[in-house]
Amino acid sequence: MDEEAGPVVRPFALTGGRARSSGDNLDLIAMVRSTGTPPHGDTTIGPEQRRILEIARSGASVADIASDVDLPLGVVRVLIGDLHDQGLIVVRPPVTVAPQPSERILKEVINGLRAL
Amino acid sequence: MAFAPSDEPVALKILVAGGFGVGKTTLVGAISEIRPLRTEEVLSDRSVGVDDIDGVEGKTTTTVAMDFGRITIREGLVVYLFGTPGQERFWFMWDELSYGALGAVVLADTRRLTDCFPSIDYFEQRGTPFIVAVNCFDGAERHEPDDVRVALDLDPEVPVLLCDVRRRASAKVVLVTLVEHALKTLTAAQR
Ligand SMILES: Nc1nc2c(ncn2[C@@H]2O[C@H](COP(=O)(O)OP(=O)(O)OP(=O)(O)O)[C@@H](O)[C@H]2O)c(=O)[nH]1
Ligand SMILES: [Mg+2]
Repeated sequence: MDEEAGPVVRPFALTGGRARSSGDNLDLIAMVRSTGTPPHGDTTIGPEQRRILEIARSGASVADIASDVDLPLGVVRVLIGDLHDQGLIVVRPPVTVAPQPSERILKEVINGLRAL
Repeated sequence: MAFAPSDEPVALKILVAGGFGVGKTTLVGAISEIRPLRTEEVLSDRSVGVDDIDGVEGKTTTTVAMDFGRITIREGLVVYLFGTPGQERFWFMWDELSYGALGAVVLADTRRLTDCFPSIDYFEQRGTPFIVAVNCFDGAERHEPDDVRVALDLDPEVPVLLCDVRRRASAKVVLVTLVEHALKTLTAAQR
């Protein structure tokens, strides 16, 4: 386990000091995809959010995005929540949560892992 | 809001748990492209000597790194691996990770077997399918899986195997064993 020494202040600045957002309960493997809609002229989306829109152009999980933009998950959730509220992305919960993954998928995974 | 069914990607989540220094990062790195993923831990104790961030939510957080790996089985089918510290103070991460998880690998070190008790208790309580993989460190006395099973008081259906997480082939066997176990659990539940 690696822990950085201090608290993270900058993320709070990035999210406008908010810790609650519509992105709070996003599953780590929920799939995010940019809608392609250009942001409204009067909305201010930051460079981080632009990056997210780029990464999510062909679909990416919340975890993929957080790792790519190298920001803590909580921050990324807030940023994704905002983009969603502005209609710039769509979010789909993982297929696995309900119903359970099918037998066929699991067999495919087993064979795929063996072939690695 | 939803994607067209034809390009519905399927993502599966596997957890790698276990005590401090047991080989979680090594396992994830042996089998997948490992990437850093950070999350915040909220510190309740304000006397930890950190900067005052009053007026900015009044929360004190510290960053914790998880191991994050991704295995692409084929286009549209991805397995994500998440390695998290096993200590109880990190259960806030586990709660979110274990939701919808296919299963968990609990790594054990025979020199410190009790370190994996919290992980085992956790997955037993959550009903998450799990296996116990005993990482064979150099110089550690080898234990038979059955001895480990008895020592950990595991249910007979929980797979226990020996592994060397530094070896990709061994890491592969560990994951295959878990997915096979998850499949068995699933089909048993459907009956
Ligand atoms: N000899 C030997 N060393 C190992 C084995 N697995 C891991 N190690 C070493 O043990 C150390 C700890 O392994 P990590 O993979 O970092 O363990 P971890 O569980 O991620 O540790 P934390 O994140 O600190 O809890 C590293 O130096 C590894 O190289 C093994 O099977 N045999
Ligand atoms: Mg580690």
